[in-house]
Amino acid sequence: MSQNLAAFLYLVSGVLFIMALRGLSHPTTSRRGNMLGMTGMGIAIVTTLILAAPSIGGLLLIVVGLALGGGAGAYIARSIPMTSMPQLVAGFHSLVGLAAVLVAAAALYSPAAFGIGEVGSIHGQALVEMALGVAIGAITFTGSIIAFLKLDGRMSGKPIMLPSRHVINAALLALIVFFIVGLALTESHFNFWAIVLLSLVLGVLIIIPIGGADMPVVVSMLNSYSGWAAAGIGFTLGNLALIITGALVGSSGAILSYIMCKGMNRSFISVILGGFGGETAAVVDDGIQRTVKQGSADDAAFLMANASKVIIVPGYGMAVAQAQHALRELADKLKENGVEVKYAIHPVAGRMPGHMNVLLAEANVPYDEVFELEDINSEFAQADVAYVIGANDVTNPAARDDKSSPIFGMPILDVDKAKTCLFVKRSLGSGYAGIDNTLFYKDGTMMLLGDAKKMTEDIVKAMNH
Amino acid sequence: MANELLDKALADLERAVEAVRTAAEYSPDAAGAVAHGVSGGVIDPFVFRLAIFVLSIFVGYYVVWSVTPALHTPLMAVTNAISSVIVVGALLAVGISLSGIATGFGFVALVLASVNIFGGFLVTQRMLAMYKKKEK
Repeated sequence: MSQNLAAFLYLVSGVLFIMALRGLSHPTTSRRGNMLGMTGMGIAIVTTLILAAPSIGGLLLIVVGLALGGGAGAYIARSIPMTSMPQLVAGFHSLVGLAAVLVAAAALYSPAAFGIGEVGSIHGQALVEMALGVAIGAITFTGSIIAFLKLDGRMSGKPIMLPSRHVINAALLALIVFFIVGLALTESHFNFWAIVLLSLVLGVLIIIPIGGADMPVVVSMLNSYSGWAAAGIGFTLGNLALIITGALVGSSGAILSYIMCKGMNRSFISVILGGFGGETAAVVDDGIQRTVKQGSADDAAFLMANASKVIIVPGYGMAVAQAQHALRELADKLKENGVEVKYAIHPVAGRMPGHMNVLLAEANVPYDEVFELEDINSEFAQADVAYVIGANDVTNPAARDDKSSPIFGMPILDVDKAKTCLFVKRSLGSGYAGIDNTLFYKDGTMMLLGDAKKMTEDIVKAMNH
Repeated sequence: MANELLDKALADLERAVEAVRTAAEYSPDAAGAVAHGVSGGVIDPFVFRLAIFVLSIFVGYYVVWSVTPALHTPLMAVTNAISSVIVVGALLAVGISLSGIATGFGFVALVLASVNIFGGFLVTQRMLAMYKKKEK
């Protein structure tokens, strides 16, 4: 196959990837989009195989590698529970990062295979592109592993703050730049591995100070990084499919990070610098005795059964308690009684963009009953009941009314405007941001203390009576 | 002695022929490059790649903004899967690399990228299959 034909086919697979993302604009077109993506990947792989024309041994090795990885990937994809999706995505990002580093290493040790010169005479420009790809890839690798550990609960979600960490990070970054220049000038393998090592360390240091609930930003950011790493390698190898894909993934992740930051009304920089949610901010005791109205499942069942409109507000707590199926049952029950049921999703609910939507879809909640914040917020005023399950900070009226609150300005779901707000919660503690939720003390709020799943099931039972 | 000289001369001759042949092989390229230069098209391939890169960022920007927020998790999974197109680099390394160590790096990269390709696309498919419309 000629290089020109190969380049053309890579372009085709790049276009198919664009169409795969385009398909995601609506659930009905998304499945076909995913098929187009797979086709694009198939074209890229077959083109490369024909181009490389490997020996029998090489081909065997490729088949073994594809089977090993593909088998593991397919198994993971089938067996993973939907609630573990954030850690799965973080884990997958780490693989792309490491693969980018390894491909770059292979290109450095055997440049002829990639058509970028001979050992000792790789073009300086290709080396710079390679070094950038490697540095970002290595940061993505370790950063994603830390994100994975935090999301999977194997590591505390609390920020870990090293003293003078900004200085350390800046110094590491400066060293990486120094070695990149060195690599471009000398093509020394020592410089290459120094870049890898320093970037691996930097990846860890960037992510450890970021707290659990900021993970949606982190996951999106690492998504973006994995794209830029792929693009860097794409430049080195002069491969169109890689360059196009890298740019797509890079901008996709960047946009998602932006949406997440906006959902929290925080700047990207402040999230990246980390530390938020670490200090258990002492709730200011103003001496006023505030009372909380507590209710039982029976009370909740009575209120909801007599309502004409109920809006359900799920949050991370729903994912933790795996309450989505019980919640759907509750909604079905209400609909049987002629109650209008809608779901309201805050942009940063859960641990990754769209987390709640996937869980609700898993529980067979139709997607046209699920609404985004800006589409549904005005409807709370007409709702009889807002059922808040596992969400906290995103409903705190202080973000709207109290200028001194650390979360002031964050867009919230106006659940306090509903006639009654039923708030399911384990205890009366504060949320992730360590801020007291003033919603608890409002007249229209009834606290349902208990496990989200158990409480929802009890309400369904109470309705059956 | 004479034989030795003759051998040496023959070897030299062979080398010269080889050099001429190599030059001949490359000359069409050179001619093409010259023609290209005359037409004013001396643009480094890097610039073309950069152009594609920049335009793709813009395409990505508009395409991703049109993605419905409900599908942001599948979006992350599928971008993850397509970024594993880095597998092409791994395939080249395994398929034609001459140094053992590069083949080794390529093989590991190949396995990792395949996990991602299959895992990413299949998990996306699984998620998308769950999104259903209200039964009327």
